[in-house]
Amino acid sequence: MSIGMALTRKDGPLKVTGGADYTADMQVAGLLYGVFAASTVPSATIAALDTQAAESAPGVVQVVTHRNAPRLHAVSAPAAMTFLPLQGDQVHYEGQPIALVVADSLERATYAASLVRPRYDVTPARMDIREALDAATTVTQGYDEPDTAIGDPVAGFRSAAARVAQRYTLGFRHHNPMEPSATTALWDGDHLTMYDATQHVFGVRTVLAQAFGLPLEQVRVISHFLGGGFGCKGYVWPHQILTALAARQVGRPVKLVLTRAQMYAACGYQTETIHDVALGASPDGRLRAITHDVVYANAITDDFPEYAAAGTRAMYACPAIATRHRAVKINTIQPTAMRAPNEGMGNVALESAMDELAYEVGLDPLELRLRNYTDTDPTSGKPFSSKKLREAYQLGAERFGWATRSPDPRTMRDGHELVGYGMASCLMTTYRNPSAARVRIHADGSVLVESGAQEIGTGVRTIMPQIAAAALGVDVSRVEMALGDTTLPEAGPTYGSSSTMGVGSAVADAAVNLRSVILRLAVEDPLSPLYEAPIGDLDIRDGRISSTDHARTDTLEAIVRRSGRDVIAADGVWAPGSEESSYALFSFGAVFVEARVDEDFGIVRVARCVGAYSAGRIINPTTARSQMTGGMIWGIGQALLEHSETDRALGRFLSKNLSGYLVPVNADIGQLEAYFVDEYDPHASAIGARGIGELGATGVAAAVANAVYHATGRRVRDLPIVPEKLL
Amino acid sequence: MYPFSYERATDAGQAISVVAANPRAAFIAGGTELVNWLKEGIVQPRQLVDINAVHSLAAIDVGPAGLRIGALARMSDVAAHPVVRRSYPVITEALVKSASPQLRNMASMGGNLLQRTRCPYFRADAALPCNKRTPGTGCAAISGHDRHTALFGWSDACIATHPSDVAVALAALDAIVHVQGPGGERAISLDAFYRLPGDRPWDDTTLRHGELITAIEVPASAVAARSHYLKVRERASYEFALVSAAVGIDVDGATIRAVRIALGGVAPMPWRLREAETALRGRPFTAAAARAAVDGAFDDARPRRENAFKVELAKRAVVRAMIALGAVV
Repeated sequence: MSIGMALTRKDGPLKVTGGADYTADMQVAGLLYGVFAASTVPSATIAALDTQAAESAPGVVQVVTHRNAPRLHAVSAPAAMTFLPLQGDQVHYEGQPIALVVADSLERATYAASLVRPRYDVTPARMDIREALDAATTVTQGYDEPDTAIGDPVAGFRSAAARVAQRYTLGFRHHNPMEPSATTALWDGDHLTMYDATQHVFGVRTVLAQAFGLPLEQVRVISHFLGGGFGCKGYVWPHQILTALAARQVGRPVKLVLTRAQMYAACGYQTETIHDVALGASPDGRLRAITHDVVYANAITDDFPEYAAAGTRAMYACPAIATRHRAVKINTIQPTAMRAPNEGMGNVALESAMDELAYEVGLDPLELRLRNYTDTDPTSGKPFSSKKLREAYQLGAERFGWATRSPDPRTMRDGHELVGYGMASCLMTTYRNPSAARVRIHADGSVLVESGAQEIGTGVRTIMPQIAAAALGVDVSRVEMALGDTTLPEAGPTYGSSSTMGVGSAVADAAVNLRSVILRLAVEDPLSPLYEAPIGDLDIRDGRISSTDHARTDTLEAIVRRSGRDVIAADGVWAPGSEESSYALFSFGAVFVEARVDEDFGIVRVARCVGAYSAGRIINPTTARSQMTGGMIWGIGQALLEHSETDRALGRFLSKNLSGYLVPVNADIGQLEAYFVDEYDPHASAIGARGIGELGATGVAAAVANAVYHATGRRVRDLPIVPEKLL
Repeated sequence: MYPFSYERATDAGQAISVVAANPRAAFIAGGTELVNWLKEGIVQPRQLVDINAVHSLAAIDVGPAGLRIGALARMSDVAAHPVVRRSYPVITEALVKSASPQLRNMASMGGNLLQRTRCPYFRADAALPCNKRTPGTGCAAISGHDRHTALFGWSDACIATHPSDVAVALAALDAIVHVQGPGGERAISLDAFYRLPGDRPWDDTTLRHGELITAIEVPASAVAARSHYLKVRERASYEFALVSAAVGIDVDGATIRAVRIALGGVAPMPWRLREAETALRGRPFTAAAARAAVDGAFDDARPRRENAFKVELAKRAVVRAMIALGAVV
């Protein structure tokens, strides 16, 4: 059975030998290069724009500005923002493109872009949500409820013997994928082809068709490999649309690759969040009331719904839970989803507060979680589709050695280092997207899985063949996958930890359908040894079909060959059903961290991180483990390093490079362990799986902060935990 | 475009005469700094003279009097040199805590001394107000984020720090920078090699145009032989110092005979704590004595809003370096 096999990535050799064709590597004939000139102010009207020098610079073909750009049609989701630069004279954020220079080389376009001379009538800008917390408003357009309430929190707090009420804050973060966003647009008459670094080729197709008023069939989007995205390539951003616009203007293909600096103001960021969390509990630690209010930053141009308190609605048994989200508009590019959105932020606040409550009531932090365990979602009242968090707590605690923890803070030491153990629960909403797939078998017995999904680095090219091989009864080494192309069956986006469920279920369906076609061909073929055998008596293993008694066999290759066709294919689809009307769908986990804090310097290092997860069926333990350990590293960065400072006077993110925006390096990472509880979720997908990718990035930062408290006795409620907060 | 010519020199004198003759010419060695400046538009030279083939500048010579490190010696080669490791450990330790292995394999020792500040306003993708980058434009860090800025030696024109690690180690060891220019050779103490920003923050050093660093001389000493570099940084590797301390010690029994202390990350240049060095002479080699002496050396520190924590951090760094060298706790 290829499902559950610990296979290494099928596309690994391509990646390490440079054979993987990433978007910016695509070479097309007659290519021109686009480079943006961008606003250096966050709010203004463009009073004048001198493009003369840029236009007469060597190699420049055209300088596209709001004065000469054709007007685009309005765009909507999955566009990241409805506001489009180069369509008018208003500037709403620093880094907003004010011109797109197209030239015959990247260097010449870059130089010419530096010659664009704007004059601004600067208007007041807001960069700090703290200046306007009273003006925070509810974002009503979104995919979830901004506010929820069950029970009576006021009564709950009144009846609570123990209470924690604190404010937790998390700063701006940027995705910083290794591969910057890249787009090449080619027009052939009214047909557009886009090579694009996107987490959703079909989403790009939709938005470009909107922008240019084209039928969907006239737009093709291709994305074979992504060098990470973490959400910043999830929706469709202005640079993608404007590259296509420029290519149409100049009548030649145009490539645009954002610079590292431009990535900080062109494809979103994770918004800053202020969390007010209150927990009320009885003396034995049982929760009586929870409130979690969030204020976050949103862009002037559009609303982004960030449900940072969503996880608090479902995590613990409690009769009264109220959550609330409000946003304040600031002059930046639109924020967007970043691994992990919603729960990834709110978890830090809730799980820090739970740790505080554990000390308040004198319980082990793990025991407090167990006392508040729930098998139903307290807010919706529905049972979870599958939840084995109790087993995950136990597994994680055992592997970590939680029982050896000394309960009081500042009681474990190793030389100059204070040692602390911290833990956190984690939970991530299950996002499911409809998908289609096709499975083809060729006369040589090789199998191709086709689906317009994306390979972001998680292992889609490996696990989809595993799923197909299992359903079809062939060896996984015979199965390859084609993806990242809108000419393939339509798949959902590669975000929200949704690919395995959606695409995987569709692939399984297609493979099962192909199996039926093949078996039917076999029993209807007078030349097959299986002629007229009852289909129900046949089984396929390793590409060989046998009757139950093994008396008769045939091979898949022979059946395809005798059919007279080169290939036999079958389609498959999967879409979420009505499961959510009966079940609450979440993935869960427990994270345990050993932090070491240099007492003199306030420097925190994470020596160990152990995660145990209840995440449905695991298709490939190797790639799944990579997702979880990658998530842990992401969480360690969130806890200790990552923070995009804004300069209020200049109206910009200050450090737009990886020297000023710190992400962890190998030396920061100690021992990482990820375990999965054996589980099959019969409701979330057709293959027993749930989402895992974002789950791994939850729980870690809270566990680090809790471990820092245990080590030092200092509670840091503002991430990242930098030295000055501990000195 | 800002076109520039590029040529390779095989002889120091030839390279110097070419650069000296053109005010817009610059030397290039490892390129790990200059290429960054070029890409960000921080400098726009018209002529680059590559000195990598001037092999006479690459030697590392050791003798009883000291160490002579050719300006072209790579950071990784100096760090790995057995005599440097044994008799000047602070140099090796500072080097291996700098940058990344790839950068250390390329970067030259002379170029390391000429690194420019990592102040995010100076290094921005756009020209922000920064007197060091564009004279006369002001200093955005003064009214903006100043967490990374200097405690000592800053002026109203510039509050940036110097980023080099090994320069701090070299400052502690009283290193001398040898330079050659059109007018001949000069030897400059590391202290005098760097200059404080004053009202001219764009000049980081006293090097004159056309002058080429040829070697760094480090006198042999007891303090060099018993020395340590301690670097405090948020990220465990590939990160500049929040603060760092280079300390060398010579003890007579339990008494300090001589000590050298230089700090990094706190000033526009490596910052020697000479008062503390003097105060510690003849004192017991203890952490408490070190702390008392260092406390007194911070009277002229001028911490700012976000960087005040670096005062305590730097003091503790010195004490910890002393403890690592054997000071009694």
